[in-house]
Amino acid sequence: MAAKKSNGKTNLIGLRKREYRGGVTTLCAGCGHNSISNQIIAACYELNIVPEEIVKFSGIGCSSKSPAYFLNRSFGFNTLHGRMPSVATGASFGDTSLRAIAVSGDGDTSNIGLGQFKHVMRRNLKLVYIVENNGVYGLTKGQFSATAERGLKLKYQGENTYMPIDIIMEALSSDATFIARSFAGDAKQVKELLKAALTHEGLAILDIVSPCVTFNNRPESKHSYDWGKEHEQQLHDFSFVPKEEEIMIDGEFPEGSTRTITMHDGSTLVLKKLESDYDPGDRWNAMRVVEKSNQEGVLLTGLIHLNTRRASLAKMHNLPEDRPLNRMTERELRPAKKTLDALNAKMF
Amino acid sequence: MTIVKTKTQKTPVGVKRVVNDFSFTIATMNGSGSQTSNLLLLRALFKMGIPVSGKNLFPSNIQGLPTWYTIRVSKDGYIARRDETEIVVALNKDTFVEDLEKVVPGGAFYYADHLKFNIQRDDITMYPMPVLKLVKESGAPTALRDYVANMVYVGSLAGMMGIDMDKIKLALEFHFGGRQKPIDLNFGLIQAAAEWAVDNLEKQDPFYVEPMDATDGLILADGNTSAALGSIYGGVQFLSWYPITPASSLPEALIHNISDLRDDPETGEKNYAIIQAEDELAAIGMAVGAGWSGLRAITSTSGPGISLMTEFIGLAYFAEVPVVIWDVIRVGPSTGLPTRTSQGDLTMVNFLGHGDTQQIILLPGTANECFEFGWRAFDIAERHQTPVFVLSDLDLGMNQWMSEPFEYPDEPMDRGKIHWEGDMEKLQEKWGRYKDVDGDGIPYRTVIGNRHAASSWFARGTGHDEFAVYSEDSQVWEENMARLIRKYETARKSMPEPISENMRGAVIGILAFGSTAAAIDEARDYLKEAGIKTNSMRVRAIPFTAEVKQFLKKYDVVYVVELNRDGQMHQLLTLEYPEFAGKMVSLPKHDGMPLSASWVKEAVMAEEQK
Repeated sequence: MAAKKSNGKTNLIGLRKREYRGGVTTLCAGCGHNSISNQIIAACYELNIVPEEIVKFSGIGCSSKSPAYFLNRSFGFNTLHGRMPSVATGASFGDTSLRAIAVSGDGDTSNIGLGQFKHVMRRNLKLVYIVENNGVYGLTKGQFSATAERGLKLKYQGENTYMPIDIIMEALSSDATFIARSFAGDAKQVKELLKAALTHEGLAILDIVSPCVTFNNRPESKHSYDWGKEHEQQLHDFSFVPKEEEIMIDGEFPEGSTRTITMHDGSTLVLKKLESDYDPGDRWNAMRVVEKSNQEGVLLTGLIHLNTRRASLAKMHNLPEDRPLNRMTERELRPAKKTLDALNAKMF
Repeated sequence: MTIVKTKTQKTPVGVKRVVNDFSFTIATMNGSGSQTSNLLLLRALFKMGIPVSGKNLFPSNIQGLPTWYTIRVSKDGYIARRDETEIVVALNKDTFVEDLEKVVPGGAFYYADHLKFNIQRDDITMYPMPVLKLVKESGAPTALRDYVANMVYVGSLAGMMGIDMDKIKLALEFHFGGRQKPIDLNFGLIQAAAEWAVDNLEKQDPFYVEPMDATDGLILADGNTSAALGSIYGGVQFLSWYPITPASSLPEALIHNISDLRDDPETGEKNYAIIQAEDELAAIGMAVGAGWSGLRAITSTSGPGISLMTEFIGLAYFAEVPVVIWDVIRVGPSTGLPTRTSQGDLTMVNFLGHGDTQQIILLPGTANECFEFGWRAFDIAERHQTPVFVLSDLDLGMNQWMSEPFEYPDEPMDRGKIHWEGDMEKLQEKWGRYKDVDGDGIPYRTVIGNRHAASSWFARGTGHDEFAVYSEDSQVWEENMARLIRKYETARKSMPEPISENMRGAVIGILAFGSTAAAIDEARDYLKEAGIKTNSMRVRAIPFTAEVKQFLKKYDVVYVVELNRDGQMHQLLTLEYPEFAGKMVSLPKHDGMPLSASWVKEAVMAEEQK
């Protein structure tokens, strides 16, 4: 598709925003997941991504229904509970030139899917892995998930007496290469982080607190809108500058107050210092900062860790760059007849 | 090649020679390196042109527990396991007494002379071997002594039975890939042992081998390696797997062989990817993902792994994703007998998944067929857009089998009904992922990377209509499920046909599948000698083809022989053909051992005499 100049109604590749939309959502009105779906649509539109060059994946749960509600022109696979990472891993080899967005939930990732979550980080699959985190099972009507805080009280379940699993700490301990936390109520940050994640050549974990308005939205719950709004603390003012645009750093910020990070495709992440200068390259410090925020009851958001040096899964497999595996034919895939005689001679 | 001359024992006076028709068993400890020696013997006999088979009876253990390897030579070409053994080589003190008891009267017992047991049998010949002395004299480095010690029995047996030293050398060269140092060390010891035996032991048993020409043009291969090679010729593009006995050697053989056959010789680029997954849940998940993305995907496992894969198989069946699953069966339920053979996963796999599911199953019975189904399974999976299972077993998968050589695929790859951009352009009406355009139940699919704006679809395990859109509509559900059965019936028409062996005037049928074929062929000869003529059918696929029904119809009684407790093939046949249920007789055996002809003969005779 030839690049066109945007006329305000279309993006640079001539698509209207509606061409990035999906089916009508069947999630509850006010669900945080719908807001995230909207930011996925906006990020892909603004990045001028051809929808056919995205593949969507999900597991099972409310969150995992949402890929049906964005990017209708993209292929998608709604897989099994907790096992989206394995399907995405296998499918990624079909055509490694494509980008992939996966949506999971806190139950899907931290309960049934904790094993696959850890292993997909080991492999550094090129995938935007979104955890729509609300601390509760929605489709089965309000049971605790493993990210629910200790002491949380739910209508039919009583009090949660177990310690929560922290998605970000799990990702940090697994040395995932892109780790961010956000809040569905902070649409701008969600969108900017999504754009950055989409340009990352590896696994990008986005743990997004996405309130469940039906089962877990009381103000004292750590996954509610009220709590998020009151306790969100941004690590930095984060913005994504695509490679086509010049980086404009606001003159009023003193020197040294801005970090810039160049991504593989030439785009830039601009991190403006807020309370302190935070270096997302320092994993050890990230663990300390996240642990401290957890203890202080703060919802710390932003790009928590980034490592652009490690090779993605596809790169580790020495595949041809010029043509996808799924377009290869018998000519390339079936060894010549003469090779079989040599093989038979070896069989004794 | 230099001709290696070694003396062999002369036939004792008054003894009638038994040539190329006996079994010998080597009793060692697991992890002692005896597998190298055992395979040397097997290969040397094969290269002498003598029909031969080898069965490894091993424990679930890395080192220390007893293990037995039985080699059968058969001038008549029988390669099934026998219950009797004429010769035993005893190197394991823990099993010395029971090993001595195993030898049939008139047989021979070789033993390492440092195993001190004050037991004798006067109905067999006892041959002590000075293992430690010969090893010491060989000059082998101390660290290698335990391993090369096994060469003493190779040499002793060779000298006493008449195994051709040239062929042993050939087998050594093959085993060590031409590396001269280990070849020389081992061969020196084998020669020394052979000479010692000829000079010092007095041959009294009648068992000899002599060259034949009955293995010309044949190969010796295990089923797992054959399956791996067949998959490579089938264009495998993605393998995900998790280690489990007895399936692990399938992916390992694939990894070992694929680079030479498939990597770009100039760039080293690969047109496939292999991942050892974290468990079977992930192994099948990856394979399903790869199959959905348009790759020829495979995974291999055994019963416990199949259990873990079940939910994904249901998804792949319903979302219609091609994927190939090899189940190399071991004895279950549970961890069961993990190093023993079985055909016990048949009904589980046939109905694998929750709700209404019926799976396509291929049933190879020879190494050559493992190769063929290795490539053919991908064609069937992609043609029918569904999981295809290949059921092998420990005996077929891990033991060496004499077989016809691998044949190059006689058909071009069948990638099935797949639309790319150009195909989408030409369509007259709206494409639907699950639309039965041709009336055969098989829709057209598209895969990721297709840039046509109408090519995408959302795969799901939930109810969906012809356009892959979520639906809870009852009629839509029923129609879709009916189409899946239509697809299964389409598959029935192109399944590999069964193989029949006939005798004139037979009124009895024997039906079986898989690795039991050798025992059944042999048993039929014995039954014929006993006056019972039989025809046999080896089923090679489910859904059953029309020939299976014809076979059941034709005979007064059909014995269904298989390696499991419940007679699972008998169960499936009874379900499918209730009209013939009355004449089918189930003959199941589930002792974990490869089937023997004598058991089949006795079981049929017992029924016939009722």
